[in-house]
Amino acid sequence: MKVSFKVNGKSETVEVSSDTPLLWVLRDTLGYTGTKFGCGKALCGACTVHLNGRAVRSCQTQIGSIAGSDVTTIEGLGGNHKVQRAWEALDVPQCGYCQPGQMMSASALLSTNKNPSDEDIDAFMSGNLCRCGTYPRIRAAIKAAAKMS
Amino acid sequence: MEKIVKNEARRDFLKVSGSAAGGLALAFYMPTARMAQAADGGSPNAWVKIAADNTVTIMVARSEMGQDVYTSMPMLVAEELEVDINAVQVEFAPPAEVYINSLLGGQLTGGSTAVRDGWEKLRKAGASARMMLVAAAADNWGVDASKCSAANGMVKGPGGKKATYGSVAAKASTMEVPKEVPLKPASQFKVVGKTKQKRLDTAMKVRGTAGFGIDTVVPGMKYAAVAMPPMMGGSLISYDDARAKKMPGVHSVVQYSRGVAVVANDYWTAKKAVATLDPQWDAGPNADLDMTSLWSKMEDASNGAGAVFRESGNADQGLAQADKMITAEYRLPFQSHAPLEPQNTTAHVTADKAVIITPTQFQQLVPHVVAGATGLKPEQVEVQTTFLGGGFGRRVEVDYCIDAAEISQAAGVPVKMVWSREDDMTHDSYRPAGIYKLTAGVDANGKLQALKFKSTSPSISSRLFPSIVKDGVDPFAVEGIDNFPYLADAGMNFSYVMHDTGVQVGYWRGVSHNLNAVALECFIDELAKNAGADPIQYRIDMLDMGSTKHAWSGLSAGVPVGARMKTVLEEVKKKSRFGKKMPAGKGQGVAVMEGYNTVIAIVAEVTVDSTMDVTVDKVTAVVDGGTLIHPDQALAQIQGSINFGQGAGMISEITVKNGTVQQDNFDGYRAVRINETPKVMDVHFVKSDGAPGGLGEPATAVIVPALANAIHAASGKRVRTFPALPENVAAG
Ligand code: FES
Ligand code: FES
Repeated sequence: MKVSFKVNGKSETVEVSSDTPLLWVLRDTLGYTGTKFGCGKALCGACTVHLNGRAVRSCQTQIGSIAGSDVTTIEGLGGNHKVQRAWEALDVPQCGYCQPGQMMSASALLSTNKNPSDEDIDAFMSGNLCRCGTYPRIRAAIKAAAKMS
Repeated sequence: MEKIVKNEARRDFLKVSGSAAGGLALAFYMPTARMAQAADGGSPNAWVKIAADNTVTIMVARSEMGQDVYTSMPMLVAEELEVDINAVQVEFAPPAEVYINSLLGGQLTGGSTAVRDGWEKLRKAGASARMMLVAAAADNWGVDASKCSAANGMVKGPGGKKATYGSVAAKASTMEVPKEVPLKPASQFKVVGKTKQKRLDTAMKVRGTAGFGIDTVVPGMKYAAVAMPPMMGGSLISYDDARAKKMPGVHSVVQYSRGVAVVANDYWTAKKAVATLDPQWDAGPNADLDMTSLWSKMEDASNGAGAVFRESGNADQGLAQADKMITAEYRLPFQSHAPLEPQNTTAHVTADKAVIITPTQFQQLVPHVVAGATGLKPEQVEVQTTFLGGGFGRRVEVDYCIDAAEISQAAGVPVKMVWSREDDMTHDSYRPAGIYKLTAGVDANGKLQALKFKSTSPSISSRLFPSIVKDGVDPFAVEGIDNFPYLADAGMNFSYVMHDTGVQVGYWRGVSHNLNAVALECFIDELAKNAGADPIQYRIDMLDMGSTKHAWSGLSAGVPVGARMKTVLEEVKKKSRFGKKMPAGKGQGVAVMEGYNTVIAIVAEVTVDSTMDVTVDKVTAVVDGGTLIHPDQALAQIQGSINFGQGAGMISEITVKNGTVQQDNFDGYRAVRINETPKVMDVHFVKSDGAPGGLGEPATAVIVPALANAIHAASGKRVRTFPALPENVAAG
């Protein structure tokens, strides 16, 4: 089927089967490879993107269900987003594979909660796995980003 | 159409043999391409390329899997090359002889050796290149090189003469390679040890532009999804490709050594088509394998004689004469590497060439195995290493490179093969499980007099590097215990029973430190408790302060490090306020270990609730890792290792039923999440000007007994079966 939606503000129309996860449309069809595949089962958060401003797991989002929506990927965060600046200031990534998903979750958290507590961070971010164990820095970076304008 | 297929045994090429280069060097020999001369600009040596426009490129010959080689290794080169580290370009090196890791004998990233191996080599490479650049400029000016100096990418000569590196690079590459290459003393370091240095790959990694294997795109590329036998040692009998072939977007269905693949225009189509293949499997020799029979066979094996790898005095006599005997048995489970990027490889195999783009830890092996699988010659195989989305030892294996090459060859197109998480987790080479039996003889004061240690566990090297396994001992199976750091005057005896379980095992971050040292440091805690002693003082009092060389543990310091152990133990006692009064349900535990020439003491603080559920409140670590090249990332490795070890020690485990791995994603195989990470992680480094130790692995092992000992302090329960899930804590 043909589906039209926006990625990072740009209109896109793709022709794929309607059950294709947004993840693979972004990566394979449109070339936004910043969004990562880790589990395919909503268990790791590597594929997190924003759908109309909310964090979703793109591996569980069928393309047929999002016609007309606005999708933001790590590429669309702009590079100068406060989360990205904080991540850079603290050198959060190790292997880096989970980090696009971590930052998409963190930016969604900060968009609704300007000053998240440790408990808020735990609750919102526990769906994002990091096998390298960058959690102490993720926590610190979210707090640092919260203080940035 | 029903197809009958036969599994082809084309995977024997790992049985390469040869002689060890000494020490622990992995005993294999594989010819590698000589370093090709760079086409433009100048390459004073294999590590440095300088273009006419002054762009400096530093080659990194180890794989970046999070451990920071992309920055720490160029820092070593830049220190002596006298260039701005933040302005250099970094390139991953192709397989070549010059890039072989001297500590391992192959171009291989593992064993926490990248910086240890590069410490002198890379500074010398930088210095040698600088000397050639200076010599070239001096020659142009007709002055003596000793009158010239180099700083910040520029050669300076008498009378204010200046030449950029770029302007003399081409000439420099023709100058004589200096024989004597003096290095700066540590007091003059400008790059090494810089606390504010940032990772050179962070900018890419926060923008989503770092190229991982899975992100590879080449012209004309198709996507492959696979079906592999679910049972270990199983094979494909047949499959039905009628439905798959009719699906729009499917290019082909191909059989390969290990299974069957669908090649399609996109991954999702390939994945959906694989689900229609209805593959039939021959379960193979492990069809009945389950944990009950596996543990009972291992227990039987552990009652037999093992190969003695370290001995002093007469342990049996010492035990017989001791005031008291204390015994314990620990069981450690299989673990999966589960790097977050599932295994994948992009391969383009044609009649006379193969290009393999892959996240690998062992690029040197790839041309050989791909040649073996495709009928090409190794020199016809080009390997490009990408960023690795985690490695942890999984990508020392090259199985997935072979698969992708076979699929590309059969399909006749460039193919990116991507494993699902399920493929990845059920087709790993797992951290060995093992049984660890310890017996101590102590005197009336509880002081250790005699010790017997026996491990029973599969050997990893028997499959991967058989020639290093000698007299029943796999050097990688006795790590973390061959360097037993204490004294037992009456006698000690350490033995290893090599026992194959049918589960394929592989090198997993920390390797056998994560088995042997875990059991040992749990046991020492039991001895300290028996003695009624402070567990830190108990350890300090029996440290081996001698210098007798260890026989086996090649990647360790090689000799006792009593003084360093004492320092980290005393420091961790202060920093953690060890022994302070803890509220009910909370406790502190300590462990210490030397591995990879790094000495670490950890104190963990936990809460154990009434259901035996454990929360990790605080971890204090004191680390003597010698000279730190990139201190902030040394810290990151310890932080990450604590998380990684915590997972293995407390929540993760791989089990097998009917020869099939039971955990296939992050629901069944749990990994530490942000809400489970220690609330406080306090890491200190001992100031040291010693040679750098390895930092990527050792803390993964030390955290586990520290946690188990804390659990005992909090609950009175001894964890003897890991992971420390509530049922295993309760049974203690
Ligand atoms: S890939 Fe979507 S949550 Fe893991
Ligand atoms: S940085 Fe490697 S998985 Fe998070």
